[in-house]
Order: sequence, then structure tokens, then C-alpha cells
Amino acid sequence: MKRVVITGAGTINALGHSVAATFAAMREGHCGIGPLEFRDVERLAIRIGGQVHGFEAEGRFNRQQMSLYDRFTQFTLIAAKEAIAQSGLEFHGELSAKSGVVLGTAGGGVSTWDDNYRSVYEDGKNRVHPFVVPKLMNNAAASHVSMEFNLKGPSFTVSTACASSNHAMAQAFQMVRSGMSAAMVTGGSESMLCFGGVKAWEGLRVMSKEACRPFSANRNGMVQGEGAGIFVFEDYDHARARGAEILCEVLGFAMSSDASDIVMPSKQGAARAIAGALKDGGINPEQVGYINAHGTGTVANDKTECAAVADVFGPHADRLMISSTKSMHGHLIGGTGAVELLACIMALKDGVIAPTISYEEPDPECALDVVPNTARDARVEVALSNAFAFGGLNAVLALGRV
Amino acid sequence: MSTRDKVIAIVAEQALLAPSDVTLTSTLDDLGIDSMGLVECIFAIEEEFDISIPFNANTPDESDFDISNVAAIIAGIDKLVSQKT
Repeated sequence: MKRVVITGAGTINALGHSVAATFAAMREGHCGIGPLEFRDVERLAIRIGGQVHGFEAEGRFNRQQMSLYDRFTQFTLIAAKEAIAQSGLEFHGELSAKSGVVLGTAGGGVSTWDDNYRSVYEDGKNRVHPFVVPKLMNNAAASHVSMEFNLKGPSFTVSTACASSNHAMAQAFQMVRSGMSAAMVTGGSESMLCFGGVKAWEGLRVMSKEACRPFSANRNGMVQGEGAGIFVFEDYDHARARGAEILCEVLGFAMSSDASDIVMPSKQGAARAIAGALKDGGINPEQVGYINAHGTGTVANDKTECAAVADVFGPHADRLMISSTKSMHGHLIGGTGAVELLACIMALKDGVIAPTISYEEPDPECALDVVPNTARDARVEVALSNAFAFGGLNAVLALGRV
Repeated sequence: MSTRDKVIAIVAEQALLAPSDVTLTSTLDDLGIDSMGLVECIFAIEEEFDISIPFNANTPDESDFDISNVAAIIAGIDKLVSQKT
């Protein structure tokens, strides 16, 4: 089996339009959540979110590209460009033939669905643009990345709600670890901050109107975000041979299904995924210094997740740090695990633990070190990234310092 | 704007050319418009003239709507517009 390392990272999210800007915002405990801005927002009960601002697609893409790129594809391409540029890889010949793109998204081109349903239902139009289907399909982003960067190996999109990116990255990890591909582009994106996207979430009654306060006793729900996180996963020997900068190592992963409820999380399912990732990576629980929590800020998730961590780690659960960066960038749904992997990279590479901001009151059911409100310096050997999706589908990645 | 000028404007935009570079005898091939560009042209023409063009991208040659050159497209549009009640 090959060792797998990350040699490139890229992002655009509510905290920044690059990895450097996102790290700076996480260090400062900056909140990217604010009033939503889009058509008909006044008809929503939930009017806050982690929206990407100051981003003009018009200057970045030409007219033909704009007719084919939904916002989730635009985010993906911007993040992929940053990640692949950092890796220094150019894909041609054998490397191109074997390297592919595995991405996660829950909704795909939600705003394309929304705009065109509005057009035919509300505005009564009887004709839509010819490229509505290739624009909205969930694999559009993966396909455009493959075309843009000449990636001709295995490429597909994984959709497992809020665990989509972690499931996607687990697939890419497997491909590099098995020797099937020397490098894979992976991660995920989401963009459902439009009227229909938020209206659908509103229906569940799990959204907060004020803030995302994971682990805080007065937490009252999740806040949606948007954006993308893209990485280059590479065979360690391949990366070393070409002198690439290594951001961290991917040590292991595990996936599990609760097989119990379509929305309520399960402690056992989460614990099995966490313990499975440790076992897969050959990691002793005591080596884990940081966990990037799923930490949605809902009553159910946060207490279940803390209980699962306590079960797996025993007394060590009180010594490790666990934070939810959703408090800053919001919940990116299918893209969330990808953006949150950045917090693990920052912990391992820079020794900075991103905080859980907007934290106000300790909750005895979440009695772990949640790094409240202020980032912390710490040397971390191993970090975990949790994702526990609706539908009871869990995926946990384990990363190590190199 | 005449039908001719409107069609030339639509085709020129799709081909990323100036309208003066598009003539009545230009074919879509000459102008570098591929099959995706063609369906976008048809969409834009339908929007502009509020007509429905009988065109199936699977069988472009069997269509009742002649797309062999710009003049044929204009003639086809004029016919469809005149049939509108």
C-alpha cells in the first residue's frame, strides 16, 4: 500500500477566496455568516448564511463558460485551480490517463434548478436555455475540472448529503493508496443559497435565525454556507521524487451507516466511523490531538457527536481538542468536509487550532475542549475530520503531520 | 431591426464575430459554430421571434427547418413568423 499525502489545497468560501485567506480568518475567529442577499430573501424566515461575497463570475469566465457553469461549478473550478497550481502537477501522458476527479456535492446545480423552475412556473415561460441539464447535473463540476486540467482517469461525483465530500475524499484516498492512481483531485462544493434552496431547509425547522453556536448550551440550529474545497491527493513517493511541498498525510478513513433514521444521528454509527478511521490508519487514540467536528449547532448532532467521541477515546477525550468551524463558514452541506479539512491541515502544518466561535454557554452534554471563541497554538500529530450525514451515512478521515 | 439583422446579430454573437463578418451565404460550419452553438442559436432565435422551431439535434438534416446557411435560416424564420396567428 502506498502512503498518501496532500500536495495542493484550494478553496473559496465565506471566510475567504483562497486557502491563505481562509486560514487567516480561522486564526482570527472571523465570522463569515451574515445577512443573505438574493432575490426574494424577504419571503424567507431564515435570512442568514455563510455566503461568498465579492465574487464576480463575469470577469473570470467567458460567455460560453457562464452558460455551462452553475455557481457550484464556478466555485469548484476556482478552488481546483488554486490546489493544482500549489501541487505543481501538470497532467499529461500516463499521469493524465490515471488521474481523475472525485468530488462531493449534495445538491449540484441548485440555483440552476431554482432559476429555471421560476422561469417556467412563476414567469410562465415555455422554453429554457439548452444547457440547463448539463449545467445542473451533480457531476458537472467534476467533469469541468477533468476537462480544464486534462484528468482522464476515474472521475465521478459522490452524493451523501453532508458527508459527500468526506466520502469523495475517501474514494480518492483509496485510489492513491492502492496504487491505482499516482494523484487524484478531490474535495467538494455546494451552492444552495438561493430562495428555493434555503426555503427547503427552512421546512425542516433545524435552522438558526441568529448564529451557528456548536456545542454551546444555547445553540439553536444550523446555518448554511456555500463554497468549495479541492485537494490534490498524491502518492508520497511520487511527491517526494519531484520535491513537492507536502501539506499533510492522509492516514486512514472509515465509513459507516446508522441504518436507523433518515435525519436523527446515532452515537453508535458515529463512533464506529471514528474508531474505524483510527484502526484503518493504525493510529492509537492517544495520538489524536484535534478533531474537526461535524458540529452543526443542532441540539441532536452536537450531543451525539460528543458522546461518540467520549466513547471512542475514553479519558483521552478530555485531553484532545474538538472544534466546529461551521460556526465561522456555515454548513456547506455536500462541500463541508472539504472546507473543514483545511482546519485539520492548519492544525497539523501550522500548529494552529481553529476555534468554535459564537460559543456562549457550556453544555454538560458537550463537555469537551471545544476551543471556544479563540484559536490556539498546539502541536498536533494526528487530526480527524468528522462528517455525519442525513440518512445516517458517516465518513471520517484521519490525517497526520509530515 | 429586420429579421436579417437580428439573425446575423444572434449568429455573430454565438460565433464571437462582428456582424459584418457574417454574410447571407455563411454556413454555421464556416462560422465555427458547433452542435452546442447551434442549439444555443436556435434557442436565441426562438426567444427573439417568439416562435417554436421544429429542430431535433439528433437529426439536424431531417428537420423541416433549413439551417444550411444564414439566408436559409432567415427564410425559415420569416415563414414561421408569418404562420403565427
